[in-house]
Amino acid sequence: MESIPSTPEELSSAITAATGLDGISQLRRLTGGASRETWSFQVGSERHIIQRQRLTSPRDMHVEVGVLEAAYAAGVPVPRVLASSRDISGENPVGTQFMIVNAFEGETIARKILRDDEYASARKTLPAQFGSALGKLHRVSSAVEGLEDVDQIAFYQEHLRDCGQSHPAFEIAFRWLEENRPPVGRRCLVHGDFRMGNLIIGNEGLRAVLDWELAHIGDPAEDLGWLCVRAWRFGGAGPVGGIGAYEDLLEAYGEASGEFISLETLRWWEVLGTVKWGLMCISQAAYHLTGSVRSHELAAIGRRVCENEYDALLAIRELKKGKGSTRV
Amino acid sequence: MSELHDPPTAQQLVESVREWLETDVFPQVEGRLQFHTRVAMNVLAMVERELELGEVQNENYAAGLAAFQCSSEAELAEKIRTGALLSQEAEVEEFVMNSVKEKLRVANPKYLRDE
Repeated sequence: MESIPSTPEELSSAITAATGLDGISQLRRLTGGASRETWSFQVGSERHIIQRQRLTSPRDMHVEVGVLEAAYAAGVPVPRVLASSRDISGENPVGTQFMIVNAFEGETIARKILRDDEYASARKTLPAQFGSALGKLHRVSSAVEGLEDVDQIAFYQEHLRDCGQSHPAFEIAFRWLEENRPPVGRRCLVHGDFRMGNLIIGNEGLRAVLDWELAHIGDPAEDLGWLCVRAWRFGGAGPVGGIGAYEDLLEAYGEASGEFISLETLRWWEVLGTVKWGLMCISQAAYHLTGSVRSHELAAIGRRVCENEYDALLAIRELKKGKGSTRV
Repeated sequence: MSELHDPPTAQQLVESVREWLETDVFPQVEGRLQFHTRVAMNVLAMVERELELGEVQNENYAAGLAAFQCSSEAELAEKIRTGALLSQEAEVEEFVMNSVKEKLRVANPKYLRDE
């Protein structure tokens, strides 16, 4: 195979060759995550985004393309897929799997959304908007090829066993999670990473839900619990993304979906999410420790594992006491 | 106890680098570099705390593990997983919570809440 286009000029020609999109200008790289790169470019007055998988990434981006199309069709606020490598037969000039979507203007940085004056009114409506967006999202057809359905406890227990470290706090948490597992709910499409950072916010509120890389089949309450994990509160006071009360989220969710999730179930998923993020911190540090990416930022994340141990144990203690648990 | 190494201590050396990052580097940079400078300052501050507290914490942790007949953290984890310590569940949970708090005293003391 030929080398992967890496300069803006090379990538620009590759996009045109792959998709027929002509007149590309202002192509620039936005971010480079561990699994993919994101670039922004202009075609006429329209701004587009291209996401390109890294060669080393084990994920199939075409699953995400299918999910985005299904979510768009169901009226969830998501970017529209304009082109992708799924629809190319034969050689792919871009080199690795990619998708092109329309860009949304707005803010994703949690610190700003939580603190800046221009988002003051958005902050009031966001918790309910999160609830209704999730309610809609969980009605999206899950008949997308390649979506996995794995038991979250078993999956992350295995993760803990295989990480080469011991974490008594997480063992306690898993024991509690197993003993208090809520009744199995409906299975549906879940986003898998619905939180500040992956949501585009305008001063009027939620504009778009991004980053569907971790979408899978699961329990709808999983997405709600994840959104309440303390790491995603970014220092804010409210449990829902740092800005809202549990009740606001649950109420809006119930109204949008017709499905009422109890506070107890939500908190169970929050504990699971907390453990999950703790284990993901171990993985992030491992990128550095194994030398695949050398970075003091990733290394430091290894020392954030104990934040999640603390939160999980605190929540379990609180839930055992059967407090109303509205504490923020 | 005598020390082989001359002053400054490891803690003082790390502190000197952190202070340099804070006063000379941080104000001069922006964006991603500023963010990574802040991360570096936080990491060094963490190392300073570990140098100060770590030794005693490790001793206490080993003693605490031994009280549950565990020679290592891995053994405690295993015993919790298999249910071998269920008769002392409350004590184990208190010990684990306290050890987690000790880790936070080094990693990120501001994270601890008033209980």
